[in-house]
Amino acid sequence: MNKTSYENLTRGIFKENPIFVMLLGMCPTLGVTTTALNGMGMGLATLFVLLMSNCAISAVKHIIPEKIRIPCFILIAATFVTVADLLISAYFSTLHATLGIFIPLIVVNCLILGRAEAFASKNTVFQSALDAIGMGIGFTLALTLLGLIRETLGNGSAFGWKFVSEDAETMMMFIMPPGAFLALAGLIIIINQIRKDKK
Amino acid sequence: MSYFMIFISAIFVNNIVLAQFLGICPFLGVSKKISTAVGMGSAVCFVMVLSTIVTYLIYHNLLLPYNLTFMNTVVFILVIASLVQMVEIILKKTSPNLYQALGIFLPLITTNCTVLGVALLVIQKDYNLLNSVFYALANSLGFSLAIILFAGLRERLSFVNLPKAVQGAPIALITAGLLSMAFMGFSGIGN
Repeated sequence: MNKTSYENLTRGIFKENPIFVMLLGMCPTLGVTTTALNGMGMGLATLFVLLMSNCAISAVKHIIPEKIRIPCFILIAATFVTVADLLISAYFSTLHATLGIFIPLIVVNCLILGRAEAFASKNTVFQSALDAIGMGIGFTLALTLLGLIRETLGNGSAFGWKFVSEDAETMMMFIMPPGAFLALAGLIIIINQIRKDKK
Repeated sequence: MSYFMIFISAIFVNNIVLAQFLGICPFLGVSKKISTAVGMGSAVCFVMVLSTIVTYLIYHNLLLPYNLTFMNTVVFILVIASLVQMVEIILKKTSPNLYQALGIFLPLITTNCTVLGVALLVIQKDYNLLNSVFYALANSLGFSLAIILFAGLRERLSFVNLPKAVQGAPIALITAGLLSMAFMGFSGIGN
């Protein structure tokens, strides 16, 4: 694998992480990360949609007229979101129930449209696929990490495995809405600090 | 459920931004000044009510009778995107003043998940048309309230001297977290 391909693949994971650095796709990030598994499920669903839509868009980029490219991108993304929605409801019905409205809302996730516009509409299918995989993994890791932190603090469990006794007092606030904002703020502060120290 | 309860519940108890996490992108993105927040809020009110009516009618008169409900994400987003474009063109021709005020916010609304979210929630909750309109109106008012309050807080916060790592997104998220905590105080009222 040559240098540009490697660069395209790894860029999304840390250097341009969609959540911690670029702040894209905030709604599912805050909305579904009450547990690590939910975060991971959402991340993988987004990875699937991003990969498929990036490939499709870069394959047909020459026949899309410049002026209506955004509606075209959205329509392509919406098709794959519907596929993902039907697949999840068929094979993982409990996950489908917890993620609820956030699955159809993947279509308006700025990450999908952002990568289509910034990358897939200018690059080859292979490079776009690498970019989508990198960004998707970065997104999944960020969601899983945030979910893990919220689950640990708010529920005393990790990936569904409870490590405190049933009646122990946990910081319930972290699985409620305010906790999502505060946990993400904390994570970004830590990451900003690490990046500053590295420079 | 009475209309009054729909309003109270959507604006305060289940605020679309602070409790349901829809529309976080514009909430964080266009909330640096109160005036832009007011513009965004009113543009969302306008488009959300209109698009909920249109998607509701399409769903019940086209998708449901022909068993095409699995298509609703695709159809709804297409309707919203073209509706936004149409509203933009009509406003430009008929009322230049309103266009000046809302103009730059309209294209941003297509990717605002509150609009698609409310259109889908109305279907999920099985509301009738009148309830749907009230629900959309209440949610857009809730969105406006949250974004205007948040913009007011951020205007003050911009004068504060903060550590480098906390500037920008983190302090905005902390503020939003505190605002969300304040709104949790309403959770005793209704559901």
